Amino acid sequence: MLRLYDRMLLARCLEERLIQMHKQGDGFFWVGGPGEEALNTSLGMLVRKGQGPAYDYLHLHYRATATLLAMGADPMDAMRQMKNTATDPYSRGRNFCNHYSKRAWNVLPVSSTIEVQFSMAPGTALANKRAGIAGHAASQGITIVQGGDAGTAEGDFATCLIWSSLPNRELPCLMIVTNNHWGISTPAAHMHSEQIAARADAFGIRSAVIDGNDVETCYAELARAMEYVRSTRRPFLLEAHVSRLYGHTSASGANRVAGEVDCLALLESRLEELGLMAREKMVELRASYTHELREAAKLVREEPQPSGDDIYREIFAERDLVHEV
Amino acid sequence: MATMVQAMRLALHVGEERFGVTDVFGQDVGPPLGGIFTQTQGLKTAWNTPLDERGIVGTAIGLAMAGQRPVAEIQFCDYAFNSVDLLKLAGGMCWSSAGDWNCPLVLMMPVGSGVRGSIYHSHSFDAQATRLPGWKIVMPSNPLDAYGLMLAAIRDPNPVLYLAPKALLRVRGTPAQRLPGEPEDPQVLSKMIDAPLGDRSAWAPRWPDVEDLVTPLGAASIAREGEHVSLVSYGRMMHVALDAAQKLAEEGIETEVIDLRTLAPYDWPAIKTSIQKCGRVLFLNEDTEVTNFGEHLLRRTVEELFYELEAPPKLLAGAHVPGIGLADALERASVPQVEQVVATLRELARHAP
Repeated sequence: MLRLYDRMLLARCLEERLIQMHKQGDGFFWVGGPGEEALNTSLGMLVRKGQGPAYDYLHLHYRATATLLAMGADPMDAMRQMKNTATDPYSRGRNFCNHYSKRAWNVLPVSSTIEVQFSMAPGTALANKRAGIAGHAASQGITIVQGGDAGTAEGDFATCLIWSSLPNRELPCLMIVTNNHWGISTPAAHMHSEQIAARADAFGIRSAVIDGNDVETCYAELARAMEYVRSTRRPFLLEAHVSRLYGHTSASGANRVAGEVDCLALLESRLEELGLMAREKMVELRASYTHELREAAKLVREEPQPSGDDIYREIFAERDLVHEV
Repeated sequence: MATMVQAMRLALHVGEERFGVTDVFGQDVGPPLGGIFTQTQGLKTAWNTPLDERGIVGTAIGLAMAGQRPVAEIQFCDYAFNSVDLLKLAGGMCWSSAGDWNCPLVLMMPVGSGVRGSIYHSHSFDAQATRLPGWKIVMPSNPLDAYGLMLAAIRDPNPVLYLAPKALLRVRGTPAQRLPGEPEDPQVLSKMIDAPLGDRSAWAPRWPDVEDLVTPLGAASIAREGEHVSLVSYGRMMHVALDAAQKLAEEGIETEVIDLRTLAPYDWPAIKTSIQKCGRVLFLNEDTEVTNFGEHLLRRTVEELFYELEAPPKLLAGAHVPGIGLADALERASVPQVEQVVATLRELARHAP
């Protein structure tokens, strides 16, 4: 639990630093996941990290900083993408922050296009299914695909439900819907029924709805859902109710929103209550991360930007990287 | 001589046996039908998908990036328009990840008119396709190229769009276009690899021992040599082009006909060499003429070769209308016809600078 807290806190401090960088002119745009740390940190800690179909594939969206940090990503790399430097390992200055991509960890490139990852997930899940050897736990990679509640209106969401539940051809695919109750400015209540997870019933897919602000619930329920998908090689739909603490993106100001439950504050109270960590220690740790990240951002500011002629690189792959596992 | 569909099928079989193809899939691609044009009959990795083009393209992307080797099909290119954003993403996987990922898939789709396919079975896709950076795009005009380009597409580390001119699918090649290793007698080949009509549950193909052939992506071929005027085309229009060249030869006008074969990356040196030789050029395709790939070639010709031209370069393409109408006169009015090509070439050849 302390490890979860540490990674959640770091993710929050990093997102707040990214927002600061945007506000100070060190980056053109911010989008991210403050308010989803309980769920996403748990996911990053539980994922079977590696390269190729014996490991888990991650089709994430643009609120996944906590997931990547929990998997071991360097916070400076997120700042590099924010500042669109030539050192940004995820896109070399080509994409927005929180658009992660890392072949070594099976993290497919995040696209701003909503829900397309749900159309791609059946492909990696089929590869996972083939790689898995019955009874050989270490070979049982799964596909994890994540998106928001508003995006479930796209046909791609139905695509994933249909393709992962074809009769006798079920796929090891864990679909996660982070329901933050918003689609930019549009309240969820105007756009969909209260439960997204209920749609799984029509496909014979098991599902669960959880409180995504309670990290103990998130960790336990994610572990349970992943174990189900891993062992049965069948799909599962997990809907987690989460918060959106800084609005949609920097386009809506990226200011702290009042009235949303804060998963980190909840965990801090819980840790205090259980006597696992003193409040002063938490304050100290937060100050320390905030300081470290501020200093790191200064270093990132000095790193080189890509040059214009970079645009013609890598339009075509010269090597067949995905077959070099 | 094999037909184009037989050549595609043989290439896919070789792809499965020797180059690691793991999946040939799409609507009605697997048994019992094996493709609405028979292009995937008898293939061991062929399977049927839901009626969902976005799912087909998305799954192909996922399979490719997870180390499989997929060949997916959209039943008609007319139905690929709902997947254009996924096509953009596939083309951008390598670039957007700064070279960390590649996306080695083949997506095939029948294209074009010529079969009285009415509004939604006659569209072309080359103009759309050439607006998708990151894709390689091929369009064969004969069975031998259909075979060699498919094998090259399967072995390429990038997404490759394979546009199959549907009006040519059942056309046999010339003796010079025989596939390496195919049986001498077309009847023998048919008995070996064409599924019988009716119940085929007990049928299995007997594959001939065809040899590898890789037609390099990005290389045009000179389908007919000439010295007076260049004609650059691809796909179904190649046959119109060759007919027109034959007619003009009777008038003493020698047309050099270039089959582009690959639209991206395209063989500019081959085009340039021919234009420098003839000084006169016609670009020919059947997609709608506004924002047409031929317009790009025309622009490049004007910008780079203006002072070497002896006549204003021309483009003949499809009418800019919403679809191809069903009635014979409507289709003929919508896509270039041999008479127009002959007239345009004659005008180019006779133009006094």
